[in-house]
Amino acid sequence: MSPAAKPKVAAPAAKSAAKSAAKPKLAIFGAASCGGCDIAIVNIHEHILEVAAAFDIVLWPTILDGKYSDVEAMADGEITITLVSGSMRTDETVHLAKLLRRKSKFVVAFGSCASEGCIPGLANLSSSKEILDTAFSTSSTDNPDGIRPVWEYQAPEGVLHLPEFEPMLRTLDQVVDVDYTIPGCPPESKQIWAALQAVVAALNGTGPLPPKGSVLGAGESTVCDECARKRDVKKISRFVRIQQVAAFDPEICLLEQGLPCNGPATRSGCGALCPAVAAPCIGCYGAAEGVVDYGARLMSAYASVVEAQKPEEIDGILDGIVDPAGQFYRFSLASSLLRGSKAAWNDGEKQ
Amino acid sequence: MSAQAPVAPASTEGATPAASPAEGGLFEPVIIGFTCNWCSYRAADLAGTARTKYPPNIRLIRLMCSGRLDPTFILKAFSEGADAVLVSGCHPGECHYIEQNYKALRRFQLLQRTIQALGIEPERLQLVWASAAEGVRLAGEIARVTEEVRALGPLNWPAARLVDVDGVDLDAAWEATGGDAAGPPEKAGGANPDHAHGNHAAVVEAVK
Repeated sequence: MSPAAKPKVAAPAAKSAAKSAAKPKLAIFGAASCGGCDIAIVNIHEHILEVAAAFDIVLWPTILDGKYSDVEAMADGEITITLVSGSMRTDETVHLAKLLRRKSKFVVAFGSCASEGCIPGLANLSSSKEILDTAFSTSSTDNPDGIRPVWEYQAPEGVLHLPEFEPMLRTLDQVVDVDYTIPGCPPESKQIWAALQAVVAALNGTGPLPPKGSVLGAGESTVCDECARKRDVKKISRFVRIQQVAAFDPEICLLEQGLPCNGPATRSGCGALCPAVAAPCIGCYGAAEGVVDYGARLMSAYASVVEAQKPEEIDGILDGIVDPAGQFYRFSLASSLLRGSKAAWNDGEKQ
Repeated sequence: MSAQAPVAPASTEGATPAASPAEGGLFEPVIIGFTCNWCSYRAADLAGTARTKYPPNIRLIRLMCSGRLDPTFILKAFSEGADAVLVSGCHPGECHYIEQNYKALRRFQLLQRTIQALGIEPERLQLVWASAAEGVRLAGEIARVTEEVRALGPLNWPAARLVDVDGVDLDAAWEATGGDAAGPPEKAGGANPDHAHGNHAAVVEAVK
């Protein structure tokens, strides 16, 4: 955060606090998410008070009270900004995303789940049946009667409806129109604060409104650009897993040391925190500017530096990448060109 | 694209997916072929001037070099309705740009692993080296690949039929068509006319 920007925001915030009726409304909604995004927002520390002063927070299930029925009662477009963290997993999350879209002027895909599917998106590698089998019928599951979830249940008081599992996980922008994206798993708190400051400034007329479709709170380059490690050798002759090497050279690029690092395809903005401590970038900030398919960009980058010309030798080196789909699409499978595996799609087509 | 498709065209009654070709008709796969300017495209050219026949199922795209082939192009072809992709370039050691075809080879081998992890058969992505003199051989390889893919059947990747959201509520558009049995809305205009389903005109209308 820049100290210069702080008073600029604090002043209008105080002004709007004086006439609270005019405060813009803010909703923060977690769909299929882990809650880490909410924690990252609270991690802006005392600035959260400035957020509370600038906005009337109408819905934030993780942190505050607030009922969906209150949102339903609002006029269309009454909420100024809705941050949606989490992906579209059940018909309930899809319904709420559509409801919040209707009630909001701006919808922000907040974090990796909402913007690209994230780890939950890896469910798109499997059919619904495989997922439910794993959850309810593996040998480690204590479920002797083989009970499975039902979406409708006839209770004495009436029919109960439970959120129904959709066949394919979708990103927020595959369900509703999205105005802005804040990437990251979770987004870095200082980047969240910077993005919120920009939004508050725009609402107060003291700053420009970012063009629709902008990625906020991140850079346009790659993690490699932010990484302090030295890169010079453009060839690698083996891929290793992190547990196979006792200690990596602290100065040299991890990819050059054979550790599959996703920096070449990943958007900058995190500050290259992981490679700084000898952990490879896993790609949580999503695709760099201009990248259509994250995995394709990364495959292209890896293939360029593999040092072999014979098919068998190439295969020998590529064997070091034990899980290609997981390596290249860990965070971005649901937003990739193929969006999932054939098994998952076949399942989706049947329903 | 040539109009060579004996696949049942989108009819107004009964949305028959291309997955079940017209009664008695052969499935005609759509294959995207990436060729390099210096060898394989010239091989295809030579096949043409020599009146060597090869199946019209392949749509050739000329790149300056097979090393220019971004894996994105291949995934985009699959996601938009291609049944297979054929990559071709100069023989190893004969690249016009010294060693870029090795780069293409490595990308091909890596992409093979990834698409197989996503459930796409390896036969749907093939690599064929062809020198500028090998018109007949390239034509034969195209015929072989076409038959292999014909035997596999359509890939028919469902993402090809989804409209991507651009200010449009997809599900509402779908509901507005009154359709519920045949699946999600299809891409406006049809990503692959040869594979077009029946309902997309209604969705396009609803979206408007």
